[in-house]
Amino acid sequence: MTDQFADKHVLEAEAVNVWYGNFHALRDVGMKIKENKVTALIGPSGCGKSTFLRCFNRMNDLIPGARMQGGISFYGNDIYDKDTDSTEIRSKIGMVFQKPNPFPKSIYENVAFGLKINGYTGNLDEAVERSLVRSALWDEVKDRLRKSAQTLSGGQQQRLCIARALAVEPEVILMDEPASALDPIATLAIEQLIRELSQSVTILIVTHNMQQAARVSDETAFLMVDDNRAGYLVEHGVTDQIFTEPKDERTEAYITGRFS
Amino acid sequence: MVRADFDRDLKILRDEMLMLGGMVEKSISLALQSLQSRDLKLAEEVVNGDDYIDSKCIEIEEKCITLIATQQPLAIDLRTILSYLHITQELERMGDYAEGVAKISKAMGDEPPLKPLVDIPKMGAKASDMLRRSLDSLLNRDVVSARAVLSDDDEVDDLYDSVYKELIAFMIKDPNSVKRATYLIWVAHDLERIGDRATNIAERTIYLVTGQLVENRPAGPSGVRDID
Repeated sequence: MTDQFADKHVLEAEAVNVWYGNFHALRDVGMKIKENKVTALIGPSGCGKSTFLRCFNRMNDLIPGARMQGGISFYGNDIYDKDTDSTEIRSKIGMVFQKPNPFPKSIYENVAFGLKINGYTGNLDEAVERSLVRSALWDEVKDRLRKSAQTLSGGQQQRLCIARALAVEPEVILMDEPASALDPIATLAIEQLIRELSQSVTILIVTHNMQQAARVSDETAFLMVDDNRAGYLVEHGVTDQIFTEPKDERTEAYITGRFS
Repeated sequence: MVRADFDRDLKILRDEMLMLGGMVEKSISLALQSLQSRDLKLAEEVVNGDDYIDSKCIEIEEKCITLIATQQPLAIDLRTILSYLHITQELERMGDYAEGVAKISKAMGDEPPLKPLVDIPKMGAKASDMLRRSLDSLLNRDVVSARAVLSDDDEVDDLYDSVYKELIAFMIKDPNSVKRATYLIWVAHDLERIGDRATNIAERTIYLVTGQLVENRPAGPSGVRDID
């Protein structure tokens, strides 16, 4: 009998391998991502965290020479099936990047853009406000929605990018080091936002900041590189346990800074 | 609000610790009651209840460790969690002392009382009061109240001194009273240690608020070797 209260898995990766040309970047990674939880991917530079993240919304398709083997499913459906529309996948599985990248448009238009091109027929003003409220930006920008997004601070621009992603009501948001370009206060604001959003959106975040992963995530996956520089999964578990009693000594070496 | 989750976790931890303090206070009260009324069933209840106190302490300690590992607390947050860790250990030991009193109550069984208990109940009441006030001072982050608890420890120590001397005199006068007198000395010792642990909680409250570590070390009971 299934436990109706058991955590649901929204994404599943099965034996994922990625090559860039002949370079084997990611080796046999399998993982299940729980719904409405924050999962952090940590590991040293070059271990394939961002490569793995991009597998989940087929962003690697846009990289010449990138090739994936294995399976990624979204609510049980293979997102790499030939009949799957990658644009639709990317509206359900949104992405926020390291460097805030608002469009060179007004604050309003940044949020409305995705809705317009998707043929949204509802009240656009309400939808824009809803997204900006959800991204904790509304109070700061409600009186200047027609101003350029470039007039915002770095932290505000990043929250605008999150609002933009939220506007099309994704099920998942992938975040690739979303706070690494921000000051400490803006970073904490983004982290609090991530915690709040995870009540309604599944979040997968890549971060090189272990302490951030510990603060913000429910589960953490640690990747590292093998002798051939291919990234692989070492351990995936509940964050509290990973940072107090990791099962693998390699994980412990990394999080205690004894990694070489 | 930034770090809302962490603030919520700190509040939950504080509330759990205060609840633990309440349990320990009750345990002390019931143990003394069992001694005075020779209620062996009540004594058994206290002894059995200590397992739950111990498991709750472990739970709180684990939460403190997890918060340190995952939230990187600094400044007052760090002092708060470290203080909670220490205070939990003090409460666990106080629970052990209450259990000790209850075990003595059981060991005494239905032996005739050596004498009416006068100073021992006073010690118990004072030590319990110190515990309650030290936890109140923690809840309210009240350094003045915490310092007042420190100064009350002399009264408990003086009562212990008095009980000890009286019971030694009993034993010298009547060797047949040695067993019962020794039991009562242990009870008094446990209550005196509860008072000491309450002052430790008050010291940790002062540390939490001010960042200053203070040690309340008045002269111990005269002529008595301080054993733990």
